[in-house]
Amino acid sequence: MSLENELANTAPERIEATNITKSFTTERGKVVALDNVSVKVGEGEFLCLVGPSGCGKSTLLNLIAGLDQPDSGQILANGENISGPGRDRMVMFQEHALFPWLDVMGNVLFGLRLKPGLNSKERQEVAKYYLDLVGLEKFEHANIHELSGGMKQRVALARALAPNPRVLLMDEPFAALDALTREHLYGDIQRIWEARRKTIIFVTHNVREAACLGDRVLLFSPNPGRIRAEFRIELPRPRDINSVELARYSTEITTALKGFTAAQGKEASE
Amino acid sequence: MIRSISTIAFFLLLLVSWEIASRSGVWSPVLLPSPLNVLEYMWQATRDGSLWSATLVTMKRLLLGYGIGLLVGVPLGLLTSRFRILQDTLGLLALGIQTLPSVCWVPLALLWFGQTEAAMLFVVVMGTLWSVLIATSDGVRSMPPIYLRAARTMGSKGLHTWFNVILPASLPYLIGGMKQGWAFAWRSLMAAEIFVTILTGFGLGQLLQYGRELLAMDQVVAIMVIIVAIGLLADRILFSPWERFFHKRWGTGSMN
Repeated sequence: MSLENELANTAPERIEATNITKSFTTERGKVVALDNVSVKVGEGEFLCLVGPSGCGKSTLLNLIAGLDQPDSGQILANGENISGPGRDRMVMFQEHALFPWLDVMGNVLFGLRLKPGLNSKERQEVAKYYLDLVGLEKFEHANIHELSGGMKQRVALARALAPNPRVLLMDEPFAALDALTREHLYGDIQRIWEARRKTIIFVTHNVREAACLGDRVLLFSPNPGRIRAEFRIELPRPRDINSVELARYSTEITTALKGFTAAQGKEASE
Repeated sequence: MIRSISTIAFFLLLLVSWEIASRSGVWSPVLLPSPLNVLEYMWQATRDGSLWSATLVTMKRLLLGYGIGLLVGVPLGLLTSRFRILQDTLGLLALGIQTLPSVCWVPLALLWFGQTEAAMLFVVVMGTLWSVLIATSDGVRSMPPIYLRAARTMGSKGLHTWFNVILPASLPYLIGGMKQGWAFAWRSLMAAEIFVTILTGFGLGQLLQYGRELLAMDQVVAIMVIIVAIGLLADRILFSPWERFFHKRWGTGSMN
């Protein structure tokens, strides 16, 4: 396989989850993380999943990643059943999950080494391309602990992009970062999404972040985890997190979020 | 620079006070030899070859026993970390036996193997194996599970995960376990050599014991100094470089 082929954009994937139910047994009893949830994500769509903690949004992401199996229901990636993790779907976690025993380059190479059809020189080139894309080309030999939180997440992003997946699954990747670093990354992720045309499913509890990034925002509610509302964000890109138009959307979503949280509180107290 | 000066100054001070104490005449020179006597013994024993051959015998036993302890302990520790049934059985046994001072194995070893090299080896292996097993198992279990999840999403599984994720992730703990195992092996061997007299080779422990029998305190102290020196040297050569590497890569602990 040539380097150009490897770096060429792959066709983004379509994800269809139908009637998904998933529950966990905890010390306090059974928790229904997802209750008969269905989601369709179009090719190349940027979908944000928003909701309070425990609403099942991360669970859904893990199921799509193939890290867990649903109790019932079906998840298809381009029409094919997801039975486990796959290189077509890469994950970025809230904790960077980088390997501290490898340097930056080693981390980006980790997934590439498992991908057949590349020789070692090509792997290096591919890794450099993605480090360049996230703006860390000068840090390939740095140790992970020497990087700031934002840089770590950039490396994690490069690592997830390197095997050229068709879907990028992001589980609150910016939640642990300070506001300024986050704003930078909003710009970067939009730029990279436009350049690399991936389907992105992005989990967050930050409504504004969701409105800034998503083509569509799904609002989840907990106990049991369900989808409550859907918002289409019709704003041109790149979007600025501080813009007034964006604030209007995030207000709308927040109102809906408060609405069902209040209703649920009432139910619980009755 | 300042650090090495203070190290040297400290040991010089120690030697000088020792010399002064032995010259003061408060204690009998039989009980408290002067550092010069000790040095003299070392020089003599080096020249007649007895010190060198004893050190060689001891190191051979140590490395063999330690090697066996690692070869058995590390894989068992890895297995124990991954299978709950082993954790509840073998892990518990290891934890119990590990609390047993290794000198307690000597009577058993003598009865089972007689006064042979095998008895010696048995004591060293028993002293090493369990602590290595526990350190390995604890090390693997303290690995954040997120590493495994991340590795799985990138297509790692089976042996690849073992060699590229689990082992490197627990290496700092493994090195810690190996270091502890080394200290335990050293202690066990000295206990064995002092209590088990065999004709196939006189180790440092036996020289120490003869020193006591002959009331040759200069010999006793000299051997003790050599044992300490070997222990320090092993730490510096075998383990320190690894630890420094981990501190640098992982960014853990204080730099030294």
